[in-house]
Amino acid sequence: MVDPIKVYPAKPAKVYFYGTCLVDMFYPDAGIAGVELLEREGIEVLFPQNQTCCGQPAYTSGYHDEARSVARAQLDLFPGDWPIVVPSGSCGGMMRKHYPDLFKDTTDEVKAAEVAGRVWELTDFLLNVCHIKLEDLGEPTTVAMHTSCSARREMGVAEVGPKLLGQLKNVNLVEQIRPEECCGFGGTFAVRHPEISSAMVSEKVDALVDTGTRQFVTTDCGCLMNIAGYAEKNQKPVEGQHILSFLWSRTQGKGGSSHE
Amino acid sequence: MSETAEHTGHHIDVKEFHPRAQAAIHDPKIRKNFRSAMDGLMSKRKTAFEGWDLETLRDLGANVRLRALANLPDLLEQLEKKLIENGIRVHWAVDGDEACRIVRDICKARDAKTVIKGKSMVSEEMELNHYLEEQGIEALESDLGEYIVQLADETPSHIIMPAIHKNTGEISQLLHEKTGTDLSNDVEYLTASARLQLREKFMNADVGVSGVNFAVAETGTLCLVENEGNGRMTTTVPKCHIAVTGIEKVVPSMEDVSALLALLTRSATGQHITTYFNMISGPRKAEELDGPEEVHLVLVDNGRSSIYQDDELLDTLRCIRCGACMNHCPVYTRVGGHAYGTTYPGPIGKILMPHLIGLDEGRHLPSASSLCGACGEVCPVKIPIPDLLVRLRQESVDGDKLHPAKVRGHGAKRSSMEAMIWKGWAWMHASPGIYRFGTGAASKFRALQPSKAGAWTDYRTPPKLAAKTLHQRMKERGQ
Amino acid sequence: MSSRETILQRLRNRTGGELTVPECDFSVLVRDDWSTKERIERFEKMIESVHGEVHHCTEDMWMERLAEVLNTRGARNLLIPKQHEIGQSLRTAGRNDLPELLIYDEPIESWQSHLFNEVDASITSTRGGIAETGSLILWPNEDEPRLMSLVPPVHIAVLRASELYTTFHEAMKAQNWAAGMPTNALLISGPSKTADIEQTLAYGVHGPKELIVLIIE
Ligand code: SF4
Repeated sequence: MVDPIKVYPAKPAKVYFYGTCLVDMFYPDAGIAGVELLEREGIEVLFPQNQTCCGQPAYTSGYHDEARSVARAQLDLFPGDWPIVVPSGSCGGMMRKHYPDLFKDTTDEVKAAEVAGRVWELTDFLLNVCHIKLEDLGEPTTVAMHTSCSARREMGVAEVGPKLLGQLKNVNLVEQIRPEECCGFGGTFAVRHPEISSAMVSEKVDALVDTGTRQFVTTDCGCLMNIAGYAEKNQKPVEGQHILSFLWSRTQGKGGSSHE
Repeated sequence: MSETAEHTGHHIDVKEFHPRAQAAIHDPKIRKNFRSAMDGLMSKRKTAFEGWDLETLRDLGANVRLRALANLPDLLEQLEKKLIENGIRVHWAVDGDEACRIVRDICKARDAKTVIKGKSMVSEEMELNHYLEEQGIEALESDLGEYIVQLADETPSHIIMPAIHKNTGEISQLLHEKTGTDLSNDVEYLTASARLQLREKFMNADVGVSGVNFAVAETGTLCLVENEGNGRMTTTVPKCHIAVTGIEKVVPSMEDVSALLALLTRSATGQHITTYFNMISGPRKAEELDGPEEVHLVLVDNGRSSIYQDDELLDTLRCIRCGACMNHCPVYTRVGGHAYGTTYPGPIGKILMPHLIGLDEGRHLPSASSLCGACGEVCPVKIPIPDLLVRLRQESVDGDKLHPAKVRGHGAKRSSMEAMIWKGWAWMHASPGIYRFGTGAASKFRALQPSKAGAWTDYRTPPKLAAKTLHQRMKERGQ
Repeated sequence: MSSRETILQRLRNRTGGELTVPECDFSVLVRDDWSTKERIERFEKMIESVHGEVHHCTEDMWMERLAEVLNTRGARNLLIPKQHEIGQSLRTAGRNDLPELLIYDEPIESWQSHLFNEVDASITSTRGGIAETGSLILWPNEDEPRLMSLVPPVHIAVLRASELYTTFHEAMKAQNWAAGMPTNALLISGPSKTADIEQTLAYGVHGPKELIVLIIE
């Protein structure tokens, strides 16, 4: 299988914002931060209120009929031809990479492929479509970054996070050992194979702690609740946030309005 | 596949993956042995490909394999014809049992009492050693790792490095108990003593059994990749050499081999090439002074022709058995090779074994993955392993009415309870109004959020529901 | 139906229908033409990295170097080819600094245990080498049988610098292997080794402990 080559569009006037269910319920701040960053770039953000979930949990569990029915409910949310931005590599990957397969041989095949072609991981979009320039207003600090496996391997954005953080002059990005190794989340994997998952996340937390930093950022809320949740429960001195929250908080008040 | 297995293979219950994985995770020795070995292999692989256009090379590897598979029946016939011209006898086996019987019959015809073996994963698949022993024929492994594993009465825990789960101390103890070698932590000494013992065996063995890495149709050549020289011994010293291979190993020409070889050894152990690349195209000729008088090739199907039927599953057959997927697998690294209880462990095992043993028995294999994609990223022939895992998950729960499951034993994992949960989930998430109501209510009553959520909270704090959902906040912003 | 027919029929009648045959572009394997000097340097670097030894020789002095190599190792004898010019010149050189010269001119069955237990070193020719991977190409035959390069603890190979190819792909094409292969052909890239005990390298596990290449420039 040949991955489609990424051809970035010109910066559009509007985008559809696909928030994802985890951001919706647990990390809406990250979603709002993403919206703010886009608006500051002069982009109008359209938020279809009928969005729910991309269908990935059922898809990766093998329940493709159920995944398809949920995914189908998302296909009509984006009637204009604006790009669809997603603050998650994992949901982005589901939509961009797996929707075409999921709807193959159905009446929605063409629509699914069309929607998939418009899906962008949000940090990638900010860097490579908006050509965002970040001005750091924060105090000097150190941070580590965990790029989710789907952001890295399905969406191909491993370079993006470090580049964005690199624009922040007071932020020192440190790299943990084995940065490309999975944190052990894997959706339902974490509950189907809890011992293996926890063995993985414990090593990830140790790797982050060993960098000496107290904070990490990540592209995906699944990794975030896994890594931060493990660290909290086991009283490891590292806290996490979504990279969008971090970028917004470092640059807030510059050129745009801030919503608390 | 034959329904009446003559010897029942699986000594280990594949279904007991969970307890074995758990035990491995809590065994610091296993954790350390695998972690350090896999770290080393990953970094060596990286270095070995420096200066190569790896993506283009992997594309070539994938295409070479796909081209061979596209012509598989023709290539097999061409291979057979050429081998026969070269004086090599060809046998076909639909399954492991038949392959075992073929090997036995060749041995019996020669009145063979001892068989020396080079490394062959297909023979592991056939469980040839046990079978031959039952038939009164001694079968001795000669690859050092396989030899160690056989002395310990274990199975390989890695397809390239069979004894990777053992450290030097354990191996020394084992060699001491089984062969009388003095206890020592000096690897050179241990290796030298194995050399002595095995040389004796090579000289006296009646038959050599080996695997095959590539079978070349154009020239009728069997290629073997190895470092130790035991493969060369096995295929040269005994009077009779039997090679066993899966039917998918055939390629059209030596040129294809040059591409696959460049990928294989670098992916496997980070070597630019192995010490020996052994190309066998016939038995000893009248004027030659050494080499086997007889050479046989056993072509083993054992489920492969079933995999071949389906366009997506077919990719499984591209595999060149380099082991890179397990070296890079975070799950394999944690649980080690034995936890799987299968001939092939790790990612390749998860996508291949369900076809060999059935998805009923292998139902836990596809789920034991976080779908991180590291395997697919390094696979030298670009097998989309994560996609195949998802496909097998779907097959194991009969989860797609549009694409009915095909793999033997499909649907074995489906439980009506789980199916109902997903149905309910789908109903809620396919109805935006209900979804917004539900998530909104959850946020409103978030104080009631349980602090325990099954296995999740055994190791982590639960994620905290936000006071307002993103939907609500966007609505407030007028969006 | 025979198993052969069963298998072939299943493959031919595949339910997925006919498969498309992809194009294979081998140009990624082609290296720029390295100069002879570059090839020698790369070959040497590669083979030394896997514990092999390289000696630069000329037509005039390779025997002297060979004698040194053997004497420092205390080799009692050397297995040589009967017909090949390497063997011929060694036998006719009349040197007294060489150990006893042995010839592999009988079937293995008649002297197996002697070969396995008494022979200290062997010397063979090569059909060239591969710079990129540090490999020697050997096509054993009745003059230089298969076990010559495998059983003795020291294997010495003579390689002509002019026969050094850049890659395996190039060598195989240049020598037209597609036209037919001998009963046994080999690429040898270093002495026999294993890392099966805790990833620790040990040499000479089944084959030679040492591989020494005399490059004739
Ligand atoms: S699946 Fe790919 S990476 Fe894994 S053993 Fe096979 S060829 Fe190697």
